[in-house]
Amino acid sequence: MNTPPPPRLSVSGLEVAFGGLTALNGVSFDVADGETVALIGPNGAGKTTVFNAVCGLVKPRSGTVRIAGRPAPARATGLLKAGVARTLQGLGLFAHMTVLENVLVPLTALRHPDPAAKARSTLDALDLADLAGRPAGTLPYPERKRVALARALATDPRLLLLDEPAGGLGAADIDALAETVRRIADAGCAVLLVEHHVDFVMDVADRIVVLDFGEVIAAGTPDAVRRDPAVEAAYLGLEAVGAEAATAPAPQDAEGGTA
Amino acid sequence: MDRFVFLFAAGLARGAVLALFALSLVIVWRTARVVNFAQAAMAAAAVYAAFAVTAATGSYWAGLLTGLAAGALLGAAAERGLMRRLPAHAPLPGIIVAIGLVMVLQAGLAIAFGPEHRPMRPPFSERPFIIGGVPVLSPNDLFTLAAAAAVMAALALLFNRTSLGLQLRAAAFAPETARLLGVRVPRMVTLGWALSVAAASLAALLLVPTELGLNPHAVDLLFVNAFAVAVIGGLDSPAGALLAGIGVGLLVSLVTGYVSASAAPLAVLALMTLVLLVRPGGLLAPKEARTA
Repeated sequence: MNTPPPPRLSVSGLEVAFGGLTALNGVSFDVADGETVALIGPNGAGKTTVFNAVCGLVKPRSGTVRIAGRPAPARATGLLKAGVARTLQGLGLFAHMTVLENVLVPLTALRHPDPAAKARSTLDALDLADLAGRPAGTLPYPERKRVALARALATDPRLLLLDEPAGGLGAADIDALAETVRRIADAGCAVLLVEHHVDFVMDVADRIVVLDFGEVIAAGTPDAVRRDPAVEAAYLGLEAVGAEAATAPAPQDAEGGTA
Repeated sequence: MDRFVFLFAAGLARGAVLALFALSLVIVWRTARVVNFAQAAMAAAAVYAAFAVTAATGSYWAGLLTGLAAGALLGAAAERGLMRRLPAHAPLPGIIVAIGLVMVLQAGLAIAFGPEHRPMRPPFSERPFIIGGVPVLSPNDLFTLAAAAAVMAALALLFNRTSLGLQLRAAAFAPETARLLGVRVPRMVTLGWALSVAAASLAALLLVPTELGLNPHAVDLLFVNAFAVAVIGGLDSPAGALLAGIGVGLLVSLVTGYVSASAAPLAVLALMTLVLLVRPGGLLAPKEARTA
């Protein structure tokens, strides 16, 4: 009998504490190949901390993070080689470098056999080819977000972590982003995203994991999560009251993200 | 007019050395956000290594290569052994450790080689060519200009046209982001220090034979002027180091020739003060943030 392949990402019983503050408490969820999972929750719920734990930036007190059945590498190079890439909430583009150079950085770091061709084809796929020679710091915000996405995609990740990909974007750009995320997942990549923009999440996510005070309070399909009274009380009700807030960039916490 | 041509030509050669040393300070600043106050002492140590090898082998070129290698090794060792262990994001510990390193190196060189000036011979004649009755650059000046220009061009190519240079720049501009993208940031920082001190050592190797000779403090004045050059050009700007280096070299030469040698350092400090008042970041300081 064939055993099913392990999920691309498996987070199990994750506990993270900063001093006396428990940021994550027993968080567990999986992301399969080709699946898009969204982590949502109020500010301070622990979403970015999950990302940072997956990427080895914070050390869990207990629990495991496995990539395709193996313990997640602690070093960034190991993660990239294991097919994990992420975008940053603050984008983190090298402002003085050109768009092409920004995309080349991870490819050269991983010693890709033909980094220039790969970078150009990635830019082409995201309609950024015309901007290849422009310094990244001179681009409008939506284009910078696409460059950050291109940089993450350049290494052909099997697991893509997107930190607030829709933050600060207008409606048209969000629609285009949703289409891009669907295309990425359709190609077999597992996508885990942290996002405050509820409509975008409901549009692209196959499953949603809701965090509140570092714990999973609900998980399931978008429809199931939307109807969950606990979620409404903790998060979605707040969003309904302040719908405009959903499209604004989230305020940063002490970790540099919207935990 | 003849005097001006002579002073201008001499200023170019001096400016090339200043630019190279200032570029070395810019490299280490961009790499580690530290002004390496030990750059002169480390370069002096590298020149002593060159001096020893030249004395033993009779070959200037063997000494030159040894000096460059010694400078690179010293830079890497200082970063691995000292600077890496300091708290990040605090400039003061790096400055204090660098000043401590100056004391240790200069005392060690004085103990090992003595405090006296040891004459070093330049590789080529210092007798200037006479063109139209005017003495201009000597063969050694031409070698100095060519060597400094070649190394600066090579560094520019390395940083702007190679994969390694791209990673060096990424690690320098945003180390945390670069690390997430797979760049081996500690390795890049070590390499930045090695390149920086090797470049400073070359500048010292070009200058010391044309001055009083080698002693543990032989590179101190070059460091002071090059630091002024780096500040004038913008500590973050290699192009600024090049332009300001040539400019300050010409200024020093012209003021020395037309006023007096003692007025030259004052002219450099006055220029630096003026630039700091008008453009505190330096003439070619980048305007944008490092990340977007």
